[in-house]
Amino acid sequence: MIDFVHPALLFILGALPIPFLKGAIRKFYLLLIPALAILAVITIQPGSYGAASFVGQEILVAKVDKLSIVFATVFTIMALIGTVYALHLTRAGQHVAAFIYVGSALGVVFAGDYLTLFLFWEGMAFASVYLVFAQRGEPAIRAGFRYLMVHITGGVVLLGGIILHGAATGSLLFGPIEGGMGVAAYLILAGFVLNAAVPPLNAWLTDAYPEATVTGAVFMSAFTTKTAVYVLARAFPGTELLVWLGTVMALYGVIYAVLENDCRRLLAYHIVSQVGYMVVGIGIGTEMAVNGATSHAFAHILYKGLLFMGAGAVIHVTGRRKLTELGGLYRTMPLTVALYMVGAFAISAFPFFSGFVTKSMVIAAAGHDHRALVVLALTMASSGTFLHTGLKLPYYMFFGTDRGLKAREPPRNMLVAMGMAAVLCVAIGVFPQPLYALLPYPVDFEPYTGVHITESLGVLLFTALGFVLFLKALDPENTISIDTDWFYRKGARYFMWLAEKPVARYEKAVSNVSETAALPFLHGAARAGMWIDRTGVDAVVNGVARSILRCGGALRRLQTGVVTHYALAMIAGVIAAIAIFAVAWR
Amino acid sequence: MIKRVVNFFGDEEYARPRRRLFYLALVLIVVADFLVFRDHAEYLWDRLPGWSAVYGFLSCVLLIFVSKFLGHRGGLMRREDYYD
Repeated sequence: MIDFVHPALLFILGALPIPFLKGAIRKFYLLLIPALAILAVITIQPGSYGAASFVGQEILVAKVDKLSIVFATVFTIMALIGTVYALHLTRAGQHVAAFIYVGSALGVVFAGDYLTLFLFWEGMAFASVYLVFAQRGEPAIRAGFRYLMVHITGGVVLLGGIILHGAATGSLLFGPIEGGMGVAAYLILAGFVLNAAVPPLNAWLTDAYPEATVTGAVFMSAFTTKTAVYVLARAFPGTELLVWLGTVMALYGVIYAVLENDCRRLLAYHIVSQVGYMVVGIGIGTEMAVNGATSHAFAHILYKGLLFMGAGAVIHVTGRRKLTELGGLYRTMPLTVALYMVGAFAISAFPFFSGFVTKSMVIAAAGHDHRALVVLALTMASSGTFLHTGLKLPYYMFFGTDRGLKAREPPRNMLVAMGMAAVLCVAIGVFPQPLYALLPYPVDFEPYTGVHITESLGVLLFTALGFVLFLKALDPENTISIDTDWFYRKGARYFMWLAEKPVARYEKAVSNVSETAALPFLHGAARAGMWIDRTGVDAVVNGVARSILRCGGALRRLQTGVVTHYALAMIAGVIAAIAIFAVAWR
Repeated sequence: MIKRVVNFFGDEEYARPRRRLFYLALVLIVVADFLVFRDHAEYLWDRLPGWSAVYGFLSCVLLIFVSKFLGHRGGLMRREDYYD
């Protein structure tokens, strides 16, 4: 009996046979794998699995505890829903990519050491980018490469942090960073924060997600940012910096959502905003706050998936994605409208929807921690969330001006997937206890108090009043918004211009100067050198050589070649030497 | 059933009952906020009935106009071919 089946392995190995299966068998197989994975996660026992040693480092492929189980549960559920939503696709590529993507996300969630984590971390980036490329067309390909470029950069930063951390502590086991924040910790944090789409490192998300395929964006909305939330919760709970980053993030996404015209990009900005709540919760770091962040991630994956499925259904049916080109679809797509609205109520935290029991836990934790400013900022962001996903987007997409679009309900599998997510959004809102039981710490929080209900509804309904009164100001405009991707989309172009124009011109000018001024001078100098060489140096050398020749001639005349002359000379020499010796020695 | 509910929110003929229902809900929620039992008030505003309504409305208006100001005056919004 095998006591542990790694859910990541199920998805990654399970992806391999997909291209060889056809028709109904493939559909059955596609549903079987996520179902088995859900089963594997439900039956999983906390503990450590797959310990090994690799180049002298401890490796722990799977470390199972409550925190990893919550994330794995919602990941596998979302994988099933996403697969149902994508079931009508005939090409195998996207299914394979989605499975490897989900498997890698699960690999990160269970990773017990940094090397395993890093491996799956990169796997996620490479598998998910295929879901952007699969859309084809130039904008998607370009966005895909930008997505890949940013994630590879983030991966390198993370790897740098991991190596420094390993060198400093001598262990690569993944856990809370202890002993103060050094360079290593900041590099790891930067790598994590990039995947969580914390501004200013958020633009990869809002750039690429709306360019992905209809079904691919549903997967993407769920996994990358939430694995980042998981690793932050694991390694950096109670990091003060995250409280402020998260608060800024929650409002940042909402402000950009006002300006946005692309329906899925608007939703993508709301991922940024919602992940802000989770980052705040992790930054506060109390048991209640981490519980809040975790449960909000759980609820968020389901309602954000639902919202992306709703917007995706509209794009699938009409082929349009801009709010300025949509409107009046409610007559032909009432089911899509209703299911989308369930997601909208859930993200807006209406009572009896999932956001109400999770988002409020984060805000309450901030309140208990005496952070008034954070409470006010997050409440304002909640108002903005309802304003856009609950009012603006459905109004301009489904109601508003009737553009006379020929539309119908999307394929049944899409509706079924949306229905599954919608049921869970309501179920969590009505019966939060099973979710609370999954959370890493015991829950001491009751969402359904009179004050909480009236206050939430007060904020939401009077936001609606603001929407009704200032509807004209919210009319979508045919524009795009500049975000931090400007730096590598436009900024890089300026850099290239700088390299091609001024720098190249400078280089040319320098070479001109050398040709017109320096070269003649050098020629002259060379000629002078040659003259000195010929007349001065050569004369000296020749003179020396000539005098040596003359001495040699004189010496030659002394040599007679007669042995007796040499013998006489030698004897004379010996006598002279003895005489000198005798005189000098005395 | 779902179709009828969705049509109620979309069709022009229901505009009046829709508006009345909305205003009724606004009044009810403010009234309820005055009646509800407040056991522990962490902050000053927790003790003020109707605070959430005021804050929600102000947040909404602030977000709309600050964002649009940044978009138009701050130069965040650009033509669609800006990057081409």
